[in-house]
Amino acid sequence: MKSINQIQEEIVDDFSLFDDWMQKYEYIIDLGKKLPLIEEDFKTDEYLIKGCQSKVWLKAYPEGDRVYFKADSDAVITKGIIALLISVLSGQKSEDIANADLYFIEKIGLMEHLSPTRSNGLNSMIRQMRYYGVGIQTKEKEV
Amino acid sequence: MKVKQESILMKGTRSVERAREDFPILSTEMNGRPLVFLDSAASSQKPISVIQAINYYYREQNANVHRGVYALSQKATDLFEMGRRRVRDFINAPSEKEIIFVRGATEAINLVAQSYGGHFFREGQEIILSQLEHHSNIVPWQLIAEKKGMQIRVIPVNKKGELQIEILEEWLSENTAIVAVNHISNALGTINPVREIIAKARNFDVPVLIDGAQAMAHGPVDVQELGADFYVFSGHKMFGPTGVGVLWGREELLEKMPPWQGGGEMIHTVSFEKTTYNELPFKFEAGTPNIAGVIGLSEAIAYLGEFNFEEIAVYEKGLLDYCVKKLTQIPGMQLVGTAKSKASVVSFLVDGLHPYDVGIILDKMGIAVRTGHHCTQPLMEYLGIPGTIRASMAFYNNREDVDRLVEGVAKAQMMLS
Ligand SMILES: Cc1ncc(COP(=O)(O)O)c(C=O)c1O
Repeated sequence: MKSINQIQEEIVDDFSLFDDWMQKYEYIIDLGKKLPLIEEDFKTDEYLIKGCQSKVWLKAYPEGDRVYFKADSDAVITKGIIALLISVLSGQKSEDIANADLYFIEKIGLMEHLSPTRSNGLNSMIRQMRYYGVGIQTKEKEV
Repeated sequence: MKVKQESILMKGTRSVERAREDFPILSTEMNGRPLVFLDSAASSQKPISVIQAINYYYREQNANVHRGVYALSQKATDLFEMGRRRVRDFINAPSEKEIIFVRGATEAINLVAQSYGGHFFREGQEIILSQLEHHSNIVPWQLIAEKKGMQIRVIPVNKKGELQIEILEEWLSENTAIVAVNHISNALGTINPVREIIAKARNFDVPVLIDGAQAMAHGPVDVQELGADFYVFSGHKMFGPTGVGVLWGREELLEKMPPWQGGGEMIHTVSFEKTTYNELPFKFEAGTPNIAGVIGLSEAIAYLGEFNFEEIAVYEKGLLDYCVKKLTQIPGMQLVGTAKSKASVVSFLVDGLHPYDVGIILDKMGIAVRTGHHCTQPLMEYLGIPGTIRASMAFYNNREDVDRLVEGVAKAQMMLS
């Protein structure tokens, strides 16, 4: 399995091929459209992360010292960015998730999507993903 | 008693066609494209004269008001009080005492709910609002209703976004504490039949508060002619600065209302045994007011006075019709709010597209619109939609802005579907 930073580097490389915002967003939209990231059954309040503009659902599956994520959104651009985040974080070690420096977001020029004024739920989603990482870590330490 | 002042409105001779040039921000860029600003319902842009007045005030006229004996303080006080007179003229209020400066529409509504409501509302009474209200005209009433044990009733809308006010015949009674509705809906642009609402309420001596936040940028409001008891608005939606707004109330009511916030300015004498309050309007203006804000608002009113409001109304109607015509040529276009009487606000959805996604693509193209629920969640819930894309126009917008919007929406549709 590639490390978080290896995957981030690959994403940054992919995005360096785009000349303008349109190509970049078309790619993100494509990612967003490609697959249902979560089963319809999980699109419930239990998994809902409150964003005021777009909705985000997140479910974590711990397996040993790793955590897998599934997530979804009703807005396709948000969903595309979620797909990127999942490709970076899902299946990684919990402590790596908790401590990850997600620099690729800034490098590929998507920082604006994490601004609180966008209120699209992405910020809270990342925070929640880290909590899952921390949660498992601390549990382990208690044993 | 009805007093008609010589209004500074309607006399202007400048044509709106050139107004755009007065707004420096409209010749800037956003994301590398010339800015198309279609979010004036959230906050309007400011003309250069307003920006300069505020700048000049801080450079050469700044001092606290109503206090200093020195010339500078006197000057600042004069400017501040001139602002009050201009507001009075602008809404044709009978007296300057009825013009209370606040932070904005939200604060004005809270003031009335807490002071008037706190004093006069009784357990078991009803507050009547409408389905079209902004959260600012819902939550302050919920707070006081909760405290007093009152009910809130909501005037329904039809699918076009028009209030169904016939229901008032049934609902209004001696048990109605107040009716509070907006003049123009921020989410849909519906111009509400406030005159009829006020007339119906009159029959039962029920006071009426009109939330005029969206109205002031679109046309003159004559509070005496309207006959409301309270009228509130924000400076920043009428080409003035943020942080300043107005509560207008009938003097007779304001006199009976207890102060809301305590502090400097609002007192006459203070002792630990007994404090006496200043007279209107100062009774409701605790603490140092937003002096620069009032001066900016005052300048915005002077600026509006250069135009003819009838011409502005015709111009905006033309823009609205053009925008609706152009947008409806896009396949899958779904206009939200098609009331007969509308201000230059167009809320819409495109089949299969999330408003947020459309907003992002438009942003990249230099087009500023608002997406989401527009602080009207109960309305969105009623309409069964999560939100809309809203383009709101002022008289500084033009057909080119509309063309760019339509082009942007078409492109968003191409990219997203
Ligand atoms: C109809 C309406 N009422 C009240 C408000 C609140 O205004 P402010 O935030 O300036 O107090 C707004 C602002 O969006 C509005 O549109």
